[in-house]
Amino acid sequence: MSNPVLTFTDRGIYCPAGDFYIDPWRPVDRALITHGHADHARPGHRRYLCTNACAPVMVHRLGAISVETVKFGEIRKIGDALVSFHPAGHLPGSAQIRVEVAGEIWVVSGDYKVVPDGISEPFEPVTCHSFITECTFGLPVFKWDDQNDVARDLNAWWARNAADGKASILGAYSLGKAQRLLSMVDPAIAPILTHGAVENTNEVLRNQGYRLPDTIHITPDLNPKDHPGALLIAPPSALGSQWARRFGPSSTAFASGWMRLRGVRRRRAADRGFVISDHADWDGLMSAIRETGAENIYATHGYTDIFARWMNTQGYNAKVVPTEFGGEDDEADAA
Amino acid sequence: MKDFATLFTTIDQTTKTSLKTQALADFFRTASDDDKLWTIALFSGRRPKRAVTTTQLREWAAEVGGIPLWLLEESYPIVGDLAETIALTLPPPSRISDLSLTHWITELKSLAALDIDARKARILDAWDQLDPTERFLFNKLITGGFRIGVSQKLMTRALAQATDQDEASLAHRLMGGWTPETTSFHALIEADDAEADESRPYPFYLAYQLEDGPEALGAPQDWQAEWKWDGIRGQVILRNGTHHVWSRGEELMTDRFPEFARLTDFLPDGIVLDGEIVAWDGTQPFPFNTLQARIGRKTVPKKLLKDAPVILLAYDLLEHERQDLRDLPLQERRARMDAVLRDLPEDAPIKAAPPLPFDTWDTLAQTRATARDHRAEGLMLKRRDSPYLSGRKKGDWWKWKLDPLTVDAVMIYAQQGHGRRANLFTDFTFAVWDGNDLVPFTKAYSGLTDEEFRKITAWVRKNTQQRFGPVRQVTPHHVFEIAFEGIHASPRHKSGIALRFPRMSRWRQDKPLQEANTLDDLKELLETYG
Repeated sequence: MSNPVLTFTDRGIYCPAGDFYIDPWRPVDRALITHGHADHARPGHRRYLCTNACAPVMVHRLGAISVETVKFGEIRKIGDALVSFHPAGHLPGSAQIRVEVAGEIWVVSGDYKVVPDGISEPFEPVTCHSFITECTFGLPVFKWDDQNDVARDLNAWWARNAADGKASILGAYSLGKAQRLLSMVDPAIAPILTHGAVENTNEVLRNQGYRLPDTIHITPDLNPKDHPGALLIAPPSALGSQWARRFGPSSTAFASGWMRLRGVRRRRAADRGFVISDHADWDGLMSAIRETGAENIYATHGYTDIFARWMNTQGYNAKVVPTEFGGEDDEADAA
Repeated sequence: MKDFATLFTTIDQTTKTSLKTQALADFFRTASDDDKLWTIALFSGRRPKRAVTTTQLREWAAEVGGIPLWLLEESYPIVGDLAETIALTLPPPSRISDLSLTHWITELKSLAALDIDARKARILDAWDQLDPTERFLFNKLITGGFRIGVSQKLMTRALAQATDQDEASLAHRLMGGWTPETTSFHALIEADDAEADESRPYPFYLAYQLEDGPEALGAPQDWQAEWKWDGIRGQVILRNGTHHVWSRGEELMTDRFPEFARLTDFLPDGIVLDGEIVAWDGTQPFPFNTLQARIGRKTVPKKLLKDAPVILLAYDLLEHERQDLRDLPLQERRARMDAVLRDLPEDAPIKAAPPLPFDTWDTLAQTRATARDHRAEGLMLKRRDSPYLSGRKKGDWWKWKLDPLTVDAVMIYAQQGHGRRANLFTDFTFAVWDGNDLVPFTKAYSGLTDEEFRKITAWVRKNTQQRFGPVRQVTPHHVFEIAFEGIHASPRHKSGIALRFPRMSRWRQDKPLQEANTLDDLKELLETYG
């Protein structure tokens, strides 16, 4: 390929034909953003382009930035490139980005999951020649149970804690995971209280028209005794902190795909670990890749060398994309 | 198996010891005698004989899971547990059964009589009727090391609650060479204890580390001091004319140390001694690596017997004339022991560990400072009027170790850990400078906080230069202070040295790479302390 549609640079994925970057990790002139998580939407770019569904959260997180928006499926011409955004099913507003140059089509998956979660726009396969896919959970040991089964376990845990007079504290990333959990839990059990970081995101999404159950923002003057048996949703870092202690006897849990692994679950030292991920599991990655019809697979974010090796044995031309990981442990929150 | 899997899930879902104990006690109240016996066995380090190899298990699991073997092998270090990796790889079962824990263990034992194809068929059939948790436990029965967050102590406590027995005497009953094949729940736990196993040791009394100085312990004259030897803690038992040697890990080591057979010539029958097994050069112990050469061997060649003869440095008398003495004060036990060991010939494979005289804590501190000259790691302090307790208890016995030696070293390789450290880079190889080269000299796994391991893991992922299977070569950049208890010459290592108990004592983020220690520094330490 003499002029690839997308190239991999030390700032991130770059399109020479359109002179733009996708989810770049160093400041650039023009950044196309798949979704609002901090490792994809970074501060400091001159111009941002994302879906109208993604923009409010991104602006909420990054402050005064210059954002242009497009609708899902709308085609935008940038230089010699045709660009469009398609639902990735990762969280509300998240997109894959399709880039076409002279008939050659590449898709950047961003983060994605293929199973509908009841709140995010469902994943949409996009036919392409080359697919840059995340593979956070790209190992055959990662397989997710049906969301309804996990919801039943989650509600049973909460209901039993409530019956025992305990608060239920659930650690989950404040954008995406928290709202998905809100759509899974049964508000009839007891009140749902939210940490400020979660509630701020809820507000943004509610204003966009996403439907979430009623929640109570945990402010300093909130009296925990007024809400016996409540479910608290908070960022993982809040668990075990002074913040959590004011709620008295409690049971703690994390919701993440990493909870599939007993070692990670034990290290987290919570009472429960619910296997709920915003990323595709092994089977989901396989089906998503198959449906793109792509021949060239670029693996990023995850166990890339193992995943690329596997894809090569499956008849694809697979390579590893060098990714600059954030300083944070990538298993801690977003997954 | 469902009740055992439920027990496991309950234990696994809590970090609170009281809840774990309660769940286990409930199980001991309701399970069948056979299942109870096997549960006791599993949680005290006994397991069914391995009928298939882990290599076979991996191959079969990959085949059933529809993935190549290499992909399963690559997943293993990330999951951090082979039994779990296999359980997570297999497709869902096609049917559900509820056969007992004992059934599955009996099934595994019966495999020994079958050919390999039949063994495979039976394992696959088992996998096909067990849910993921049951499969994990079933695989654990095969892969061994049944560590699932239940210590022997916790199990004993739960059993004591469920059977209304005294925990310490129950701990004693559970010692020794029994297996579920040689006893029954009734005989082991409930029956009158008179016809106890002749080889049965007493539970070891273990000391805590003294963190501050000894001043807080009170009057020096209430305490007895001994060297803390760097050997193998052991119990030597002479009953009915035969002898048994147990390690602290409850491993029967009689055959590894044939020297002790002669003890029957020197000591009266019906006696149990607690002490340190050391390789003896005639006046003092050899360094630990001399003894190490003997530990790995089940039978000992003549030359090794001659070059590294072992003796017991005895420091306690637990049984004498068939009487359990553990409730007597230490000074009385010690006086009786000295009387028994007095006047033994010089070549007897046992000596009384000498008490160290001292009047004040200051003089004792001076003695402690010379511990390395005596091939000791520090001091033991024991209250003179203390009984011999069971397990690790605070108050009467303390170890007062020397401060460790340290070097600053460069991390050059990293590997992921196991169990709760799965998917984190926690196992590192360290190097020191030899001119412009970095020479690896030790590995270390412990000493950092979870938070530090998380940070270094993110760094390793970004700074991997090359992969060798699960091992990653990383950019030389980070300097760690490595603490260790001893240093020995070792021809097996590239650097020519081996460390005793190396661990990371500090992450020297303040220290530039070039200022790490050198091989010459290590050689100097070897000269001084080796």
